[in-house]
Amino acid sequence: MINSLYIAWHYLVFNKLRSATLVACITLIAFLPMALQLVLTESEQMLQSRAASTPLLLGARGSALDLVMKSLYFGDEVPGIVSMQAADEITDTGLGYAIPLYLRFQARNKPIVGTNIDYFDFRKLKLAQGRMLAMLGECVIGASVADEYGLLPGDSIVSSPDTLFDLAGVYALKMNITGVLERSHTADDQAVFVDLNTAWVIEGLGHGHEDLSKTRDSSVILKRTEDNITANAKLFQYTEITEENRDGFHFHGDASIYPLTAVIAIPNDTKAATLLRGRYLENQQYRIVRPTEVIEGLLENLFRIKSVIDSVIAIVGLATVLAIILVFALSVRLRQRELTTIFKLGCSRMTAVKLIAAEIVIILSASSIISAGLLSVVLANAETLVRILIFN
Amino acid sequence: MIDIEALEFHYAHGEFHLTVPRMSVARGEKVAVIGPSGSGKTTLLNLIAGIIRPQQGRVTVADQAVSSFSDAKRRDFRISNIGFVFQDFELLDYLNVLDNILHPYRITGALKLTSQVQQQAIDLANGLGIGDKLKRYSGELSQGEKQRAAICRALLPQPQLILADEATGNLDPRNKGRIIDLLFENIESHGASLLAVTHDHELLPRFDRVIDFLDFRTETAA
Repeated sequence: MINSLYIAWHYLVFNKLRSATLVACITLIAFLPMALQLVLTESEQMLQSRAASTPLLLGARGSALDLVMKSLYFGDEVPGIVSMQAADEITDTGLGYAIPLYLRFQARNKPIVGTNIDYFDFRKLKLAQGRMLAMLGECVIGASVADEYGLLPGDSIVSSPDTLFDLAGVYALKMNITGVLERSHTADDQAVFVDLNTAWVIEGLGHGHEDLSKTRDSSVILKRTEDNITANAKLFQYTEITEENRDGFHFHGDASIYPLTAVIAIPNDTKAATLLRGRYLENQQYRIVRPTEVIEGLLENLFRIKSVIDSVIAIVGLATVLAIILVFALSVRLRQRELTTIFKLGCSRMTAVKLIAAEIVIILSASSIISAGLLSVVLANAETLVRILIFN
Repeated sequence: MIDIEALEFHYAHGEFHLTVPRMSVARGEKVAVIGPSGSGKTTLLNLIAGIIRPQQGRVTVADQAVSSFSDAKRRDFRISNIGFVFQDFELLDYLNVLDNILHPYRITGALKLTSQVQQQAIDLANGLGIGDKLKRYSGELSQGEKQRAAICRALLPQPQLILADEATGNLDPRNKGRIIDLLFENIESHGASLLAVTHDHELLPRFDRVIDFLDFRTETAA
């Protein structure tokens, strides 16, 4: 067999293009379904584990899938807005407690998660470095964000404006990083966590500027009354919250109507969960969903799509196998003269079959090695792939 | 070395029919076979080599009745006793010269490839003037070099009989003479017999005997 492999190897190396094409075809046919299965298994695991650890989710009426994907996996689609009052209402029922979420902004293409300190306990997130956020304008970042951009506590990260030309809209805010979270292998690794108030500052609901009562530049004053001073757009607004200007930041309006994208509801027990769900059945504004049910629906669709893809791959695979058989059959015909020569030299039919078999073995081995290599790459990056393919 | 008696052969399809009433080649004899195209010269070589079997008659090579052997036994006998030199050299383009020379050792169980055999192949190639071409592929060789490599391949197992089918047919006159010189030198040094099919009448005087294949009517001493 060693001699057969030796001869087959030389034949394949000499006919590089043909060999490479065959290896590529077999590799693709072997790799694609396995990679698909791998990605789907990973996504199933990621989706289910995160959903299972989130009992209930309250959000605006609309797509339940968008609500879950945004709130649990920080996807791209922003669901409808609910108010802070919705979170307070859940807590007020005494059936459980609420963790508000506001996910509208990004920093360096990473989602900014506006929430409160309960979120970290709820998700069992621990600090790897630094300290937890405590003040306005501070943030803690996920492990992947820290790794990707080489950020450490003490560094800063700037929020991205909603749109480049939205001059009247959201301004960038420079946030101080106080801590880096331990890797959790969830969407939290990819996020920048801020206090809700900081998220609302990015939104423009809260802001900081120089003290109008002390300003020496009279041209910024539009109107001055006994208890109110109105400034024009010339007034300098802070884009970074520091020790010096922190006290200058303030919010306008009623905080209970400030926006949230979702509220995680953690009921005290099963009965409380049922009661909470019942309360929102007829609600025209909000809905409450069980993320596991939404994710199961999504997975059903994913696996339905997978079965279609599997069927297509099976047909393409069959066609490829037939084409490969044809290539070898034609190759044997083309090599008839060579075969006649080796028969004259004393080669048996069995040895000739061994030579062809050795070529097939080498091609299959090469395909297997490349497929395994590609699969290990997919496996190592499964989390990222799932994020790109499913969540974004 | 070769004895043929009342040989009859025809292919399953077609009208070709070969009849050889009697033919012989002595040990160490160099015999040329001439005849028109399609008269069955190559078929005769294949019958002697045991590649095909006659419907009737007997082929004896080195006192062995090759025509009565089983397929496997004929193959083993051929590997051990007969060397083939082809008109088109029949070198494999994907192997270098050394691997082509050693090719019979890699495709047959009867020949064992050892380091000693490899050294013999190198020595033989040096003797035939292609020692510096051993790592080249056949596509990089001249016609003369290709035929030398093919002769090396046929001679390496030191067969008792060399069958040459138009071995110089693709060579220019200068190369033709040199190749025949080399072939004869090596055959004589091993005491082997040569049965060579040729169309080249200029070469005939160099053979011990010439067999005119046309109905086996003429057999003359060279």
